[in-house]
Amino acid sequence: MTETSATPAITRTIDARGSFCPGPLMELIRAIREAQVGDVLSVYSSDKGSKVDIPKWIEKAGHRLISVETRDGYDEILVEKMR
Amino acid sequence: MDESINLVLFSGTDDKLNAAAVMTAGAAALGKPVNVFLQYWALDAFRADRIDRDHGLAAEAGAEGRGHVDALRAAGQASWAETLRQAKELGGVDIQACSLSMDLLGLEQADLDPLVDGVEGVTAFYLNAGTGQIVFI
Repeated sequence: MTETSATPAITRTIDARGSFCPGPLMELIRAIREAQVGDVLSVYSSDKGSKVDIPKWIEKAGHRLISVETRDGYDEILVEKMR
Repeated sequence: MDESINLVLFSGTDDKLNAAAVMTAGAAALGKPVNVFLQYWALDAFRADRIDRDHGLAAEAGAEGRGHVDALRAAGQASWAETLRQAKELGGVDIQACSLSMDLLGLEQADLDPLVDGVEGVTAFYLNAGTGQIVFI
């Protein structure tokens, strides 16, 4: 484990485990629209495609990908709403 | 503004409709305008009284394919209609029924699920598509 920066405070967690592609991304987009700029959202996803798709979407949509961590049977993706 | 993605849905089986719904949702997630044009058996599947029914699978699915599809559904996969509703919530998705297919099936717009925004002819579809790609499913 490498220590980089401190993990930012999570504003909201979206538990999309058990949802299939593109469900987790759909849930994230809905949550981002409801969030304020600067909010940090955490997405739990057990869908393999979302691990690739969500970071690409975050870049395209102009938000900030903070981290992608693989946990026990799912991924946790942290994103900061930038605009 | 991104180029539009334009899907012509002809097949009315659940596997092809699900593939189309996922394509629609992905494009909508990227902010691309999506125009969906419903013809023949795809249009029939959008009838308000049939949309939640089992619409079968393409012939190549076979019994093994049926098993895979049923397993994913049992694990909680959203139906194609639900995926399309989510895509429409994101915005930029317009679903139109082909007027010729409406006549073929003897349908009025009131017979269709609210997912369908209207009825148009193929010329309007091409004009809305502009220079965007057209995909036939």
